[in-house]
Amino acid sequence: MKQVAVLVAGLLFGAGLTMSAMVNPAKILNFLDIAGTWDPTLIFVMGAGLLVTFVGYRIVLKRQAPLFEKRFVLPSAQGIDTRLVAGAALFGLGWGLTGFCPGPAVASLVFGNWQSWLFVASMAAGTVAMRIISRALALPAATTLVEG
Amino acid sequence: MTDFTPMAGAMGGILIGLSAVLLMAGAGRVAGLSGIFGGLFTMAWNSEKGWRAMFIVGLLAGTAVTAALGGIDSASITFAGGPALLVAGGLLVGGGTALGSGCTSGHGICGLSRLSLRSLVATLIFMAVAAATVFVTRHVVGS
Repeated sequence: MKQVAVLVAGLLFGAGLTMSAMVNPAKILNFLDIAGTWDPTLIFVMGAGLLVTFVGYRIVLKRQAPLFEKRFVLPSAQGIDTRLVAGAALFGLGWGLTGFCPGPAVASLVFGNWQSWLFVASMAAGTVAMRIISRALALPAATTLVEG
Repeated sequence: MTDFTPMAGAMGGILIGLSAVLLMAGAGRVAGLSGIFGGLFTMAWNSEKGWRAMFIVGLLAGTAVTAALGGIDSASITFAGGPALLVAGGLLVGGGTALGSGCTSGHGICGLSRLSLRSLVATLIFMAVAAATVFVTRHVVGS
């Protein structure tokens, strides 16, 4: 049942990204182009998403445990550290250059454009490289997933 | 130019929100795509990878089905820049989200919904940097 819930969650996410055209980098770049061809659609996507998630989380997280899992697995890191700030900045740079962030990029693979595939492959490589670098530099893990 | 589509945007956002709530209610997980996708490449194969793979399968299927039903005109999808930019952008997004422990869904939707200060800071930073990047690339450097 857990796998069914996860699958349906994935279906909903993909449907949401597609319906809102977040899978189109041009829409994102235009949202970010405040001084130019500004397209505020993302505000409505995130606003609606935040509203639903905020209310839903408040209800769900009151429970002792998820429906099909023993416990909630929530990020436990506290504090604003260099990793968070630097990571967010690097991500913002990549997002601003391409209009792609992880979810929409992976979703867009289904359309078969080579640009999506090249981006996603590079994204995977970037994640693997960062893990290797972090370990090599013995950076402490910023996020420990613990029972919530 | 892309059209301002508040209704479709809001509907899509509602679905994304429902996805996040379902994933938390069902499996107790944050719907952070950088961690879900990235985890497929950095984790040993175990139950940690299994649910992630299932979510991605759903993501791809949901996208394909929605598009097939007319949810988007895939011909409208437009990319900025060539291969070098895509590779650089991909590396930055992959590396940055790993380092910063999240992205627009993980921090921007799920983290903010949990009233996480870390996610607020991260979101403000990546939004500001992204907007500044677009400003420079579109209005300072070139057209």
